[in-house]
Amino acid sequence: MLSPYRYELIYSNEYFRSSKISSIEKTLGYSIKLLEFEYETLVVMQDTFLSDSKSPEHHVGNARPESPKALFWALSMLALQGFGGVFPIARKVIVEKHKWLTDKQFLEEWAVAQVLPGPNIVNLSVMLGNRWFGGLGAFLAVLGIFFFPSIVLILVAIFFEHIKDLPLVAGALKGMGAVSAGLIAGSSIKLATGLKTHPITLWGALVFSFFAFLGLVIFHFKLISLLLTLAPLSIYLTYRRIRELPGNHPNNSENQP
Amino acid sequence: MSFGLSDWLNIAWQFASVSLFAIGGAIGLLPEMHQFFVVENKYITEDQFTSGIALAQASPGPNALMMAMLGWGFGINATPAGQSTIPFAVMAFVMSMICILLPSCLLNYTATKWVHKNSERMIVRAFKHGVAPVVVGTMLASSWIIVAHDMNIQIYWPTWLLAFVAVLLVVFTRLHILALLGLGALVGMTGWIA
Repeated sequence: MLSPYRYELIYSNEYFRSSKISSIEKTLGYSIKLLEFEYETLVVMQDTFLSDSKSPEHHVGNARPESPKALFWALSMLALQGFGGVFPIARKVIVEKHKWLTDKQFLEEWAVAQVLPGPNIVNLSVMLGNRWFGGLGAFLAVLGIFFFPSIVLILVAIFFEHIKDLPLVAGALKGMGAVSAGLIAGSSIKLATGLKTHPITLWGALVFSFFAFLGLVIFHFKLISLLLTLAPLSIYLTYRRIRELPGNHPNNSENQP
Repeated sequence: MSFGLSDWLNIAWQFASVSLFAIGGAIGLLPEMHQFFVVENKYITEDQFTSGIALAQASPGPNALMMAMLGWGFGINATPAGQSTIPFAVMAFVMSMICILLPSCLLNYTATKWVHKNSERMIVRAFKHGVAPVVVGTMLASSWIIVAHDMNIQIYWPTWLLAFVAVLLVVFTRLHILALLGLGALVGMTGWIA
């Protein structure tokens, strides 16, 4: 079920409001499920939940970083706090702490960051930097996300390079590797629960997941051939189902309430 | 192992060419990278692959740093005999990072406006929904690749069991990622994980 706060977040997003509010009333909750799916996807894709950011109030978000340097430092701090997914921290830093974006703006930016290829947080950084300071801003934003975490990781890697042959350490690394696999599988399962309300139905969606898995694991297909075959088919079927929803008409890009 | 300039270029090209296919993040690239780095070219060992991912997970920052750790392992292995491995490893780390980021950042920089303007369009929404099942499949494949490099269940069942327990903990609890990895490290120290 959606908590009130999640509800508010969803409705605060103009994207959801403009495109689907009419169908919510018409289709006996189906669209609410669709929203829930979108929202779950949004969150779970980053392997994390919004739970530790509880403040329901909306922030004004009229502020902007005073310089590209400020953006660089803010994103550095953000990246250094992010373990296994940065979505909640990104929101906390950008919306709550600095008030550079409102909740609504943040979710909109995040939705766009998801559509573009590449890690979502990197896409978000490029978009934010570009939004306020153009190309230089985008560059410094990405640098901010990677510079200090890279230094930390390199130091960790150097440390382990020296001790990795100790049986105790070698064992620990193997244990951590197995847990890493579990972490990734766990987040993909969380993501899969979001497919429950997928436009092409859960089972339809899982067929695509299954073939993607099979193609990579058994047949060692290149990702590109997978994305050029399975993904377009899945997108096409999804497109057809979305089009059939009440309130949606072909080419309804201007369908504002 | 001795690797030359052509191997460095080969890796740079591999990273650059998969950059635009990292839909849903860098994690989905792991099966293809495993095939490229470990199986086909033997640039890094299975252990380096696994521990690189584990270390990237255990330290802060975006998941894309996993890709840099693959480069790191190659840098170590590509160091000429008698020289210090760290400079080569750092060089490979940075090169991998730049190559994987540059194409997608450039695309992003140019395409953001269009996506923003058209995010209401059904085709953009369909894209977002439509790739989700494929992303689930690629992520699941990534986790499979990490534990399933050897199917000998009699030796490797503790690895599978530990990974499975981690899955349960991720799905049903809110334990911090470092707590989970720490747990894995402790279990691993017993020498129980093959």
